[in-house]
Amino acid sequence: MESLQNVLGFPILSLSIFLPTAGALLIWLFLKNDNAVRWAALIVSVATFIVTIPLATSFDSTTAHMQFEEMHQWIPMFNVHYQLGVDGISMPFVILTSLLTIICIVSAWRCIQNRVKEYMLAFLILETTLIGVFCALDAILFYFFWEAMLIPMFLIIGVWGGQNRVYATLKFFLYTLGGSVLMLIAVIAMYFKTGGSFSILAYMDYPFDFQWQFWAFLAFFVAFAVKVPMWPVHTWLPDAHTEAPTAGSVILAGILLKMGAYGFLRFSLPMLPDASQYFVPLMVGLSLIAIVYISLVAMMQTDLKRLIAYSSIAHMGFVTLGTFMFTGIAMEGAIFGMISHGFVAAALFLCVGVLYDRMHTREISAYGGVANVMPVFAVVMMFFAMANVALPGASSFVAEVMVLLGTFNPSPEAMLYMPISMKWVAMMAAISVILSACYTLWMVKRVLMGNLEKEEVKGLSDMTMREFGLFAPLIILVVWLGFYPLPVLDMLHASATHLVDQATSSKLADAALIAQGAAAHVTGH
Amino acid sequence: MGETITTLNTLELLAIPALPLIAALAAGLFGWALKETLTHWITCLAVIAAAALSIDIFVQVLDGASFYGNFWTWMLSDGFIVPIGMMIDPLTAIMMITVTIVSACVHIYTIGYMHGDPGYSRFFSYISAFTFSMLVLVMGNNFFTLFFGWEAVGLFSYLLIGFWFKREPANYAALKAFIVNRVGDFGFLIGVLATWYYFGTVDYHQVFAAVSSFVLEGHTLNFLGWEMDAITFICLALFIGAMGKSGQVPLHVWLPDSMEGPTPISALIHAATMVTAGVFMVARLSPMFEFSETALAAVTLVGALTAWMCATIGLVQNDIKRVIAYSTCSQLGYMFVACGVSAYSAGIFHLMTHAYFKSLLFLAAGSVIHAVLAEQDIRKMGQLRKYMPITYVTMLIAALALSGIPPFAGFWSKDLIIEAAMVRDMGWVSDVAYYALLSGVVMTAFYTFRMFFLTFHNTDRVPAETKAHVHESPKVITVPLMILAIGAFGSGMWGVYALDITNPEVINGFFGNALFVMDAHNPLMELEHEPHHAFYLSMPFWMAIGGIGLAFVFYFKESAMPAKLASTFSGVHAFLLNKWYWDELYEKIFLRPAQCLGTFFWQKADLAIIDKGMIHGGIVDSVLAGAAKLRRMQTGMVYHYAYGMVIGVFGLLTWLMLKA
Repeated sequence: MESLQNVLGFPILSLSIFLPTAGALLIWLFLKNDNAVRWAALIVSVATFIVTIPLATSFDSTTAHMQFEEMHQWIPMFNVHYQLGVDGISMPFVILTSLLTIICIVSAWRCIQNRVKEYMLAFLILETTLIGVFCALDAILFYFFWEAMLIPMFLIIGVWGGQNRVYATLKFFLYTLGGSVLMLIAVIAMYFKTGGSFSILAYMDYPFDFQWQFWAFLAFFVAFAVKVPMWPVHTWLPDAHTEAPTAGSVILAGILLKMGAYGFLRFSLPMLPDASQYFVPLMVGLSLIAIVYISLVAMMQTDLKRLIAYSSIAHMGFVTLGTFMFTGIAMEGAIFGMISHGFVAAALFLCVGVLYDRMHTREISAYGGVANVMPVFAVVMMFFAMANVALPGASSFVAEVMVLLGTFNPSPEAMLYMPISMKWVAMMAAISVILSACYTLWMVKRVLMGNLEKEEVKGLSDMTMREFGLFAPLIILVVWLGFYPLPVLDMLHASATHLVDQATSSKLADAALIAQGAAAHVTGH
Repeated sequence: MGETITTLNTLELLAIPALPLIAALAAGLFGWALKETLTHWITCLAVIAAAALSIDIFVQVLDGASFYGNFWTWMLSDGFIVPIGMMIDPLTAIMMITVTIVSACVHIYTIGYMHGDPGYSRFFSYISAFTFSMLVLVMGNNFFTLFFGWEAVGLFSYLLIGFWFKREPANYAALKAFIVNRVGDFGFLIGVLATWYYFGTVDYHQVFAAVSSFVLEGHTLNFLGWEMDAITFICLALFIGAMGKSGQVPLHVWLPDSMEGPTPISALIHAATMVTAGVFMVARLSPMFEFSETALAAVTLVGALTAWMCATIGLVQNDIKRVIAYSTCSQLGYMFVACGVSAYSAGIFHLMTHAYFKSLLFLAAGSVIHAVLAEQDIRKMGQLRKYMPITYVTMLIAALALSGIPPFAGFWSKDLIIEAAMVRDMGWVSDVAYYALLSGVVMTAFYTFRMFFLTFHNTDRVPAETKAHVHESPKVITVPLMILAIGAFGSGMWGVYALDITNPEVINGFFGNALFVMDAHNPLMELEHEPHHAFYLSMPFWMAIGGIGLAFVFYFKESAMPAKLASTFSGVHAFLLNKWYWDELYEKIFLRPAQCLGTFFWQKADLAIIDKGMIHGGIVDSVLAGAAKLRRMQTGMVYHYAYGMVIGVFGLLTWLMLKA
């Protein structure tokens, strides 16, 4: 295990995790007035964001080691630790979470009018759990945050959601809970296998044999595939998105979807490299289904949010594809894609929110000619539509190209069990170039373009400054990362390279050696 | 990363794309404050300055100056580096002047054409940004800068076709243009991926330097059971991109529809610059295409088919802009044939002359459309020469240039392409190309002058209420026409006599080593050895005369003939009028099936099977059924499932602990 290192001298990760909850507690205890609650929540979220900034500025991008580590005994009886730390893979997501939470809180400023306090509390507590997942280095701690985030999310959809919210929230809850039970079983099994450790880093080093890896991979796979989500366990997502309030969709698309892919990166690949290699064909197949099948489904949607939800699944297909190529380019592309998708999908859901607040409908056919009355909004939505299509100059292009390049030239380990050349896979995936344009721009045409014919649309007013303020940082980030992705790629590089090393080095040789050693030990006596 | 090699001023080079970009941002972001006058002053001046700088660069390049270097690292990962840099050589330089000069003319023209439009500053912003993108496309020094420019011009083309977003046909045309272009981009992207895969770099110089040894190593690829050279695969994939952007069969369907956009952009984007990007790309990548006979044959055949097919469609169209649009597809086919038969310099030469005369044709057509109150049907025009003398004369120059009548520009370049197709021996491929192009010349001359006569001569069919309005356009429109008329008249002679553009020698020729031609392929070299013959001995010349003569007979003398022919051959006429039914075909084989498949996956697979069948039928319902039995213990819903699961987990935990 790597030595504890925290260059900052104060527990920055704990602070990032618990500041929102502490703030929530204070708000709950002392504030009554809705406006005061809004401002207080905003201040807390901004403060959390500021706290997370040193993670990037003090980050040592030359090493793949965990940084800003903290370690305390938690449940000594089961050897459970409160162990935190981030590397280049998780650190960007901590900052992404704290940034998107601000946007969520501001976006709810006007449109949430009932139970404002509870709403803000739910978001702040959600932030705690989300950052917690990305920082946890102890499997039980990870599982704790992983499950805990369901509760605020469940409430956000269930209380402030649309008409069909009960069905959606139940579906969301059962799917994710059902998936993560298998993860817990796998973790507990690992605990016994490794002789009583819940340390994620220890699992990475332990030489599991193949049979063992096989079953553990499947257990993790179910948990993570539901979260990504991957076909065929994806149907909860369009429902959850459609019924969730705008900010709920933003955080769902921006962060929650990344959990599944993050799980693959943190658990499956480094702990179970041989099984990961074995299951490459499965992962590739499901990724291609996400890219092609889901894109076609997205094209036919009549509900704005549902369309963007399906488009999210398609984009996550690129992430899972890149993850299982085991090359630095694809790996960095996949992680970069998760970050970029966090901005683009979040912004698209915010766009729908802007429309929904005015029209109270998500039906595409209710719109048409919106550009006539909301020119600024039209420009913003067009911008993010083009980013969704992954035009060069947007961050999504960098991600897509890197994943495709990596897929075109995967590591030999990814090819061990593949029946066909990965070149064909890359070409199939590249069909997304066409399909994403089809569903995104057709939607843009039906919503923004055309003559003003519908009475309701005629009365729309353009975005307010507050609404524009939500988009401004996202626009800047998408363009900035589109032209200058190097700072982020640089942060990812060492950790992604290390992860590729882990995923491509078989544990079986070690396991065989250990078995041999044990046998020798026995016979020696 | 290659070292910077330069004899040119870097700042001057950077200013050329930067000026239109800054102007575009100014017009786009602050157009509301700048008002019409300031908006067009800023953008026009920026583009004119870019044109002046480009000419300066061109003059320096003529003296042998060049530039090669990187400014910025775009993407970087293990063994993968994408810089943003520039490469200036004669090929780039001639593209730069063509783009900026036409763009400057179109900018000025737009002041008059778009006057009073509510989207005035938006329009200027788009066309300036387009100019920037096009400059990036031609000036870049690697495949990704090319791709960046490629996609950016596509974006602005989309935005400009759908500029009048209230009009439904314009929105459909824009969507169609973008999606069909994306089909091409799909091929392009795969070509770039393969290039990186096989060469380990995307830098032009490094790739070009490695091609010959790469081919010798004999890399092959199994494509659906067809064993092909890797270089052929790369070139064919890239060429799919070129087909999309340059409107070649079968990806040509978007280009005629793009005429829904305002006329200035039809001239700038869909005639002179963007659509020629494919030709530029093939010429730029000549060091790769030259090593694949298959790819060259494909380029030749696709070009020849497009040149011929679009000419046949152009014969019967009645929309003035569509006639010219089909002519653009057809002329682009000529340029591709030039590249396919390895006469790249002839292709680029035709690209340049075509840019002048075709943008002139469009702008003149725009002037006409402006005069007759947005009417585009040539059957409702006639005798307009009386009202619009400048438009009339400039359009005549453009029409003669397009038809290939000496000494107008088109003659020199088109004649050269046809001769090159004649002397180059590629078996049946070059023969097919030669005859397709030759018959294309008759049709080109015919449809051009059919359109011309019906518009400016023939009988006066302008509706009475429009007639009061018909007048010559203001100076801001006619002056750009006159400037372009100079190009349409003289750029051919300028190219042949001043630049010696067709000289195939690497040392003395205009293009030097910017274009690569294998010795065994060089048709221009063969032509060089043949004695120059006078124009009246050239076959294409007589073909053009024949086409014009036919149009003269049909629309001056025997006015009843066209209608009679159309009714006699009504099947053929309908086939051509409906553009060979490509749209209908695509609707049947792509659009409908994709929609059906999408609906099927959604309604049947997602909702019926996964949601209702598996989840509800199996998992959820059995949980609910089990829960119903335990109803007495239950008061709520989800919490209880969670509770049950926690109990289960604890049970499992206990079991595992006991087992251990």
